[in-house]
Amino acid sequence: MSGPTRRGPPEAVEIVKGRRDRALRALAGDVPYIIYLGVTFDRRGDELTAVLPFHDKIVGNPILPAIHGGVTAAFLEISAVIELAWTVLWDDIESGAIDVADLEPGRLPDLPKTIDFTVDYLRSGLPRDAYARARVNRSGRRYASVHVEAWQDNRSRLFAQATGHFLMSEPRG
Amino acid sequence: MNDLKATLARQFIEAIPHSRALAMSLVEIGDGEAEIEMPYDERFVGDLRTGVIHGGAVSALMDTCCGTAVMTHPSHPAGTATMDLRIEYMRAAKPGQAIRTRATCYHVTRNVAFVRAIAMDDDRDRPVATATGAFTVERARSDKT
Repeated sequence: MSGPTRRGPPEAVEIVKGRRDRALRALAGDVPYIIYLGVTFDRRGDELTAVLPFHDKIVGNPILPAIHGGVTAAFLEISAVIELAWTVLWDDIESGAIDVADLEPGRLPDLPKTIDFTVDYLRSGLPRDAYARARVNRSGRRYASVHVEAWQDNRSRLFAQATGHFLMSEPRG
Repeated sequence: MNDLKATLARQFIEAIPHSRALAMSLVEIGDGEAEIEMPYDERFVGDLRTGVIHGGAVSALMDTCCGTAVMTHPSHPAGTATMDLRIEYMRAAKPGQAIRTRATCYHVTRNVAFVRAIAMDDDRDRPVATATGAFTVERARSDKT
């Protein structure tokens, strides 16, 4: 993604990293349910990978054991919403339109609201960490469509995927 | 309501660690029908500013309720797993109120179960969310031959 760039000499790498990581924390760092599930985000440039660490409380079938289908759905939905909000926010973070001082949890625009979400369960979620990456297929002023894929051991062997529609938040103020 | 069936369904839900973690409890059960409630809990909030429960927690409740409805179908599936689940969010659930879901398994073939569900808070006339899903049907060994 190429957004508006800042003028002047290139910034020091730690300043750029610090700003982006702070923005990501502001988006996802204070949501109780994300914290409860233990979902974190790895960032490489603008690419996000959501990580769901395996633990006993996310089990749905204790005999296999397998990850609860509802947790899989929640994980995919979290990945999709954060990716969407991140994509929308990116240009403003990079151009300086959003002040670094404002990058605190609770001081950003509201997260997009889920309108509908369809999960396609391909295999059972094994007792190990899961990863997800989302792609914004359409992002309009009011509505957005996001696709998300989740895998465990092999990136090419998805255990679930989902598509969702979202209502964008109204600009604040 | 069949007492044995209710006990089995209750055990089915309580054996699911994540459903227990979310404190889900069985309200009612029938043939291919289940009603499950999840109390309000601040740990499952999706937006600190509003205190509204995260859609993901509603998904977990919907999924559990749909699976339970499949298990109570008169064709007696030996097990089930979610194949496809679509959830539509109509409105935010009221903070502080429990969310109650009612699922109906309206058709079962040899291999597939079709389910619909609705989620409500205290205002029973305005649904919080609806869901439709397709679930796998595992048959006991004797059914297969």
